Amino acid sequence: MADLKEQVLTTSGVNPLKCMRCGKCSGTCPSYDSMEYHPHQFVYMVEKGDIETLMKSESIYKCLSCFACIERCPRGVEPAKIVEAVRLAVIRQQGQNHLKPQQIPAMLDEELPQQAIVSAFRKYSK
Amino acid sequence: MTFSYFPGCTLKTKAKELDRYARISAEALGFTLEEIPDWQCCGGVYPMAKNEIASKLSSVRALASAKQKGQALVTLCSACHNVIKQVNNDMKTDSNIVLKANNYLKLDEPYQGETEVLHYLEVLRDKIGFDNLKAAVKNPFTGKKIAAYYGCLLLRPGKVMQMDNPENPKILEDFIRAIGAEPVLYSQRNECCGGYMTLEDKPTAQNRSKAVMDNAEEYGAEMVITACPLCMYNLTKNSGSNIPVVYFTEILAQALGLE
Repeated sequence: MADLKEQVLTTSGVNPLKCMRCGKCSGTCPSYDSMEYHPHQFVYMVEKGDIETLMKSESIYKCLSCFACIERCPRGVEPAKIVEAVRLAVIRQQGQNHLKPQQIPAMLDEELPQQAIVSAFRKYSK
Repeated sequence: MTFSYFPGCTLKTKAKELDRYARISAEALGFTLEEIPDWQCCGGVYPMAKNEIASKLSSVRALASAKQKGQALVTLCSACHNVIKQVNNDMKTDSNIVLKANNYLKLDEPYQGETEVLHYLEVLRDKIGFDNLKAAVKNPFTGKKIAAYYGCLLLRPGKVMQMDNPENPKILEDFIRAIGAEPVLYSQRNECCGGYMTLEDKPTAQNRSKAVMDNAEEYGAEMVITACPLCMYNLTKNSGSNIPVVYFTEILAQALGLE
């Protein structure tokens, strides 16, 4: 779907054609082991326009926003922004929030900082 | 010296000590943190999308409030610092975000990234000076081996944050030296602790924080210091390590003889 690709490119501001496929983003990603599609795959799948496969994958909820891939990409591609844009393509749709307030009480413990909940809502819900 | 100060949500709740030690240490070192009125939570993570505007507005309000007073804006929590500094960069460089944020906020004067955003550590380094801090230390941590944990948010993206070399930082190590202790260098000091993933993917947070703490221990750390409440949580709760993790402001206050 061409318009979906356009949406992801506009939202992320990323040009996937800058990627030279070195894989450094995936090599440095702290969530690598829990991802079905890894950061370098996000980049080339978006380039090919294969957005819907990524939208259906749990991988979009695994990015930690640690900016390691952004810092270490030798070509300045900024893969995390692509992951964020694909996730937004999902959660901006009505009824597609990944995290709901009623799930929170079961996740709480005595020491959990508010920051964790605020951050998770920003990443997972609209 | 007076700075505008953005404490953030967690410093009013689970991380009150991070805030309290910072304020009393500031007074002892000759600067004041003036909490900006009616600040709103930064949201915890920087919204990376070019077309996210509303989620950046709380940062813009804080930045504009500091500008109005003609003060630099000081942050303490690594997450608030990252979000506010990155949004400030947008307000300097992204004309679409500048236009839409200002259209919505209708400030007396449009905000265009004028405010200087400083982390508390940068105030210590650049405004007070680590030499002057060293001279003010009453109870040095002589011989104590302390590992600095930067995590991800203080340093990255390096081009925007501009605090230090993002891959080989030294600001926290210089702070550790200033209070008389010995910094421990270890490779995981600027890798992620697992962050908010602790909520829905505990094993990832456990693996990450264990990797950090095991690495610090391997290099002889007796204590780990951080500026981030979520790192503090993961490193203590999810790592399985018994090495104490403390806020850098707590050992600062102790070194200054305030506790």
